[in-house]
Amino acid sequence: MDKTINQKAWFLVLPVFLVVAFSAILPLMTVVNYSMQDTFGNNQFFWNGVGWFKELLDPSSDLGSRFFASLWRNLFFSGVILAIEVPLGILVALSMPREGWQVAACLVTLALPLLIPWNVVGTIWQIFGRPDIGLLGYVLNGIGIDYNYVSNEFDAWATVIVMDVWHWTSLVALLCYAGLKSIPDAYYQAAQIDGASRWAVFTAIQLPKMNRVLLIAVLLRFMDSFMIYTEPFVVTGGGPGNSTTFVSIELVKIALGQFDLGKAAALSLVYNLIILIVCWIFYTVMTNAGTERREKQGVA
Amino acid sequence: MARIDLVDLAHSYNGTDPESYALKPVTMTWRQGGAYALLGPSGCGKTTLLNLISGIVTPSRGKILFDGVDITPLSTQKRNIAQVFQFPVIYDTMTVGQNLAFPLKNRGVPRSEIDARVAEIARLLDLTPYLGRKATRLTADAKQKISLGRGLVRSDVAAVLFDEPLTVIDPELKWQLRSKLKALHRDLDLTMIYVTHDQTEALTFADTVVVMHDGRVVQSGTPAELFDKPAHTFVGYFIGSPGMNIVPAEVRGREARIDGHTIMLERGYDHLPAGAKIEIGVRPEFVEVASPAPGLLSANIERIDDLGRIQFARVRVGDVKFAAKVPAGFSSPSGAAGLRFDPAHVHVYADSRLVEGVA
Repeated sequence: MDKTINQKAWFLVLPVFLVVAFSAILPLMTVVNYSMQDTFGNNQFFWNGVGWFKELLDPSSDLGSRFFASLWRNLFFSGVILAIEVPLGILVALSMPREGWQVAACLVTLALPLLIPWNVVGTIWQIFGRPDIGLLGYVLNGIGIDYNYVSNEFDAWATVIVMDVWHWTSLVALLCYAGLKSIPDAYYQAAQIDGASRWAVFTAIQLPKMNRVLLIAVLLRFMDSFMIYTEPFVVTGGGPGNSTTFVSIELVKIALGQFDLGKAAALSLVYNLIILIVCWIFYTVMTNAGTERREKQGVA
Repeated sequence: MARIDLVDLAHSYNGTDPESYALKPVTMTWRQGGAYALLGPSGCGKTTLLNLISGIVTPSRGKILFDGVDITPLSTQKRNIAQVFQFPVIYDTMTVGQNLAFPLKNRGVPRSEIDARVAEIARLLDLTPYLGRKATRLTADAKQKISLGRGLVRSDVAAVLFDEPLTVIDPELKWQLRSKLKALHRDLDLTMIYVTHDQTEALTFADTVVVMHDGRVVQSGTPAELFDKPAHTFVGYFIGSPGMNIVPAEVRGREARIDGHTIMLERGYDHLPAGAKIEIGVRPEFVEVASPAPGLLSANIERIDDLGRIQFARVRVGDVKFAAKVPAGFSSPSGAAGLRFDPAHVHVYADSRLVEGVA
């Protein structure tokens, strides 16, 4: 109870407070400020209250319809790439060698796509897929498949999805591989003794031991794909039409294309909120899985 | 259930140089229904031997026969063997009951038979109240009991192998589990092979203890045999606490000379190999300190260890150290003492191996 009280200690927090204020709080407040106003240029602003938010969340309005269309599109995209990348990543991790020089070779090869900047990935695929000079586009058309990501919606989607799978499956695979490596040999030996089939080893040992890293992989991939901008923007520019316009692309169109700062600010805030909520859900699930395990240790 | 024969079995993890063998060639037979312990310090090759029998490791040379049938090339799954590891292996997503049923389910045993067998093993291991619970919710020793249970649940196994299974268990529970295993051995009529570096564990569990040292089987016998007549100096000092006194000596006929003093031996040793390092070995239980007297080996007492039931004196004869029993009521304020040997229990070793004397 003999705590020394020295109010000067608050000064120690001051640097952090200043840094956070300038880097996060002030910019965020600017956005909040914009989201409540309308402007017609000349730096003249008019108070609009929650008008933009009402419009944004009303699917019958122009802003609302564009927001929801891009939101569903984006969620669908995230769902598709998760459904492909997670099983594929597990499969890659399972088929990787467990020792020898091949491990290093595999790890380096897998890490390569992760090291390429997003816009370069976009450029690579943009050229790769072109029907006139791109290897992929030219070959596909050559064997009689009518492929053109500029004019065909399905082709555009396929290109963007394959590109994302190419870019990010490695991340899932590397995380899963780390999870697999941490399983002691005794588990595999015990499974052998118990006469377990390959499938039983997977479901009874490998999958349960990987569930933590898988959760992290799903979180990272969901977040990244939900915020995706550069790659589809470089490849398709959001087209054809609006077919590959994801939320962040829509946001940039509104903010910089139309210079509707108020609408863009409102959209940013809602977008941010969705991401925060999803993060929070994941965080809760993950920590719950952790405490459940700790509780289990205590019982009996 | 089977008799297990090891024929010239050896294994090396690296290279073919016989000196680098983790397990040097061994030929021996494990009786059906026996309780065996493989005893030795860490790195002596006992786990290697166990893994060879279960098929986790393929031998560099030699054969393993189950009931006379060569099973060396067979995989672990086809060998019909059960093994329990040092650390508990639990299938996280399953309940205790599903864990126990797993080895049977994988082998396509009918449902009713699985249930009966799981219920029996759970009863024997006191796991019945936990059968419906998730196995991850349990403590380390309960988990190890499940591992033991999975090892014991199959009734048709050739043998159950235990690789230091009680390492993670509290000392108190160790006794319980060990006696439980012993009881299970009687009830289930299984051949059990138990690897340990703890002599108490080995001697209390097994009918036959196989002592390994540096990749070699140095002696295999009942606990009494290992105690009374160690075949190798290593067995002498590894088993027993304190270990056997092993001292260099000159042996001629029925006499051994240590530090200029002559000890009479019960048997004659006229044909000792020339050039070999000759030692005599005698357990502290068969050497007694007494007041210095002519005819006794004179020694200096350095300290006396009181083990409760019995006292052992640490004494020095010239450069040689001895442990010797202290009879009740003995005291020697000056530290000077004489050592009296029981000739029947003095053994002679040539290059660390026991030499049989001629009566």
